[in-house]
Amino acid sequence: MADTRQISLTVNGESYEGEVETRMHLADFLRQSTRLTGTHLGCEHGVCGACTVLVDGEAVRSCLMLAVQANNTSVTTIEGLAEGDELHPVQRAFQDQHGLQCGFCTPGMVISLAAYIDENPTPDETDIREAISGNICRCTGYQGIVAAGMQAAVEIRSGS
Amino acid sequence: MKPAPFTYHDPSTVDDLVGLMGSLEDVKLLAGGQSLMPMLNLRLAQPDHLVDLNTVAGLSATSPTAEGIHIGAMVRQADLMKNVDIQTNMPIMAEALHWVGHFQTRTRGTIGGSMSHLDPAAELPAVALLYDAELTVNGPEGSRAVPMREWPIAYMMPNLAEEEVLTGIDFRYWNEPHGYAFEEFARRYGDFAIVAVGALLAVDDGVIRRAAVSIAGNQPTPQRLDDVEAALVGQPASADTFRNAAELASQIDGMSDAYTDGRYRQRLAGVMTKRALTRAAARAEGGS
Repeated sequence: MADTRQISLTVNGESYEGEVETRMHLADFLRQSTRLTGTHLGCEHGVCGACTVLVDGEAVRSCLMLAVQANNTSVTTIEGLAEGDELHPVQRAFQDQHGLQCGFCTPGMVISLAAYIDENPTPDETDIREAISGNICRCTGYQGIVAAGMQAAVEIRSGS
Repeated sequence: MKPAPFTYHDPSTVDDLVGLMGSLEDVKLLAGGQSLMPMLNLRLAQPDHLVDLNTVAGLSATSPTAEGIHIGAMVRQADLMKNVDIQTNMPIMAEALHWVGHFQTRTRGTIGGSMSHLDPAAELPAVALLYDAELTVNGPEGSRAVPMREWPIAYMMPNLAEEEVLTGIDFRYWNEPHGYAFEEFARRYGDFAIVAVGALLAVDDGVIRRAAVSIAGNQPTPQRLDDVEAALVGQPASADTFRNAAELASQIDGMSDAYTDGRYRQRLAGVMTKRALTRAAARAEGGS
């Protein structure tokens, strides 16, 4: 018999209640049960960073957390970052600075940078590189991503 | 859904937790999950029972003690870095934590998980060695205290019986003014250390009065470098002293693995020791 639990949580502002198998990790839960496939799974052992989401406002690897552990939390995925048609400053900066090519790593990059800049609003380039050191991109060479991080920090500081 | 099936337990008290540990067979304890979850996802670990420590009350707080600080086993690495008492009295821990994974793993990773997983390259056990920290372990027989020097038994094997669990760690601060430094070399930022060295130095009138040096990564378990400390105390805080100390550190056999030769680790042990001592001494004399 599968070991299951009833959980209730908020995902991008919408509440979700349901039964999950206890061995299901949060990333699979988000992709399969809530049908939010913006959270990507690269390595599933915490190295690539593609599955990074916010749990109660903090960046975590959703492949390294069980869905049952997200009970009574508030989760934000890449789908929940924009406000309607208004992109988050990090998303806008990725567009402006050509911070993505294939897009696979992008959700994790954007969530990571949004969380990092939120806590460290005056990063220098080294800080940005450190912040995304746990996110692997195989297309861009990181230059555009770093530039996007720097632009977003300026925008977030100025409150635009 | 990648982990093999297990039965999930979420005890709410240490008593319930200890009760479970005493009654279940083939258990894994889930702390922050930053090492165990990969093992489960890859099915390298397939326990029958998974006991989640995240729901246990009373393990997630720090509290001041007469001589220092008590840190609950489930305190997150990110919270240790932000803790003002630690930043003020034990800043080397905050410095070492910058080397632990990435900020997105430190939000979940815990001190108790690091100590119990006991990766040879882990930074927090090396810091605990510097302070001769004392670990509190709970089990069906009650609780016992384990001095940090007796915690590592062998490669990734802490002094912990199968039915026991680490619940907290006590650190005694250094009262005298001192400098500190944590140096590490890894191939990429956030990778496991090839070698890491932590150092605390109290310097008075240019003379080293007290020293603690520990190393991670070069041996199957982290070590305090007693010989190096003996060569420091009573000596001038000078480049010559640090060169001699580094020479001693590089005489300890280094372990070889698929990526790194033992002789390279030995060389690094010397280099990291010298850097850590030099920086710690500069901080000691700068009074910061």
